[in-house]
Amino acid sequence: MATEAGGLEFHPMDQFIVKPLFGGGDVSFYTVTNVTLWLFLIIVATAALLVLGTRGRAMVPNRSQSVAELAYGLVHKMVEDIAGKDGLKYFPYIMTLFMFIVFANLLGLLPKAFTVTSHIAVTGVLAFSVFFTVTAIGFIKNGAHFLDLFWVRSAPLAIRPVLAVIEVISYFVRPVSHSIRLAGNMIAGHAVIKVFAGFAAIAAVAPISIVAVVGMYAFELLVAFIQAYVFTILTCVYLKDALHPSH
Amino acid sequence: MEGNIGELGQYIGVGLTAIGMGGAAIGVGNVAGNFLAGALRNPSAAAGQTATLFIGMAFAEALGIFSFLVALLLMFAV
Repeated sequence: MATEAGGLEFHPMDQFIVKPLFGGGDVSFYTVTNVTLWLFLIIVATAALLVLGTRGRAMVPNRSQSVAELAYGLVHKMVEDIAGKDGLKYFPYIMTLFMFIVFANLLGLLPKAFTVTSHIAVTGVLAFSVFFTVTAIGFIKNGAHFLDLFWVRSAPLAIRPVLAVIEVISYFVRPVSHSIRLAGNMIAGHAVIKVFAGFAAIAAVAPISIVAVVGMYAFELLVAFIQAYVFTILTCVYLKDALHPSH
Repeated sequence: MEGNIGELGQYIGVGLTAIGMGGAAIGVGNVAGNFLAGALRNPSAAAGQTATLFIGMAFAEALGIFSFLVALLLMFAV
């Protein structure tokens, strides 16, 4: 990071630094950091919504039960519509991904919070686990027929080898774009909010800056949900490709 | 700060990757605009296609994110 903050009180990228929660010192793999804290809070929030929220099992749901049922219904319908009926077997995994990402994004928007999904290390693990799982499912379910995904039978024979190369490249780029989409959106949004917040110290532009922060914050709430939705929907698309590889 | 032409080129390159953002903007705008144009002609079919809309937006956006990746690589990995 640049040592000079360019006139701002704080650097907009400072919020993404991983630091130990207790005391100073270096970060090693067992250190309890702010990432650990927020990962824990995400799990607590997810459990609170899904386990405590639906504990009543009321016929007429209360507010938290409605939200939990809404999230369940949304993901369930998505898996069924895109991956098909046989994709429903993998619904628990996709629901877990959705709840984790949506809570990571939303809790990261709290002031002073750390956005776990802004780190490519975190989203990379999510995306690569989806990639390996889906590839394994494809080979287990279809055997060698899974390679039909790259050999487009509906195209003329002459251009099939070219298409095969393009399909293979686009297949292996999937986890990269899948992970960086989420992390990039989170980094960009949070950095923009901080840049606008930095201008609030200058009296002349303070009102504009504050209005801009409020507007960007509202927009980021939308983005937080949409990126979780997009990550989940792309997982469903990849799963559909693995289950039904023929075009 | 003086005389380091490699660093100069690096920062110019990082700035140039912002052009990729314009391309992604055109792509995402095309997807959303065409969806809206289609949805206004046949509103009853629009609700079933929102998933396709988001998938299309995500794919269009991915190429813009690759330019962001290039910028990150230039800044921190080169």
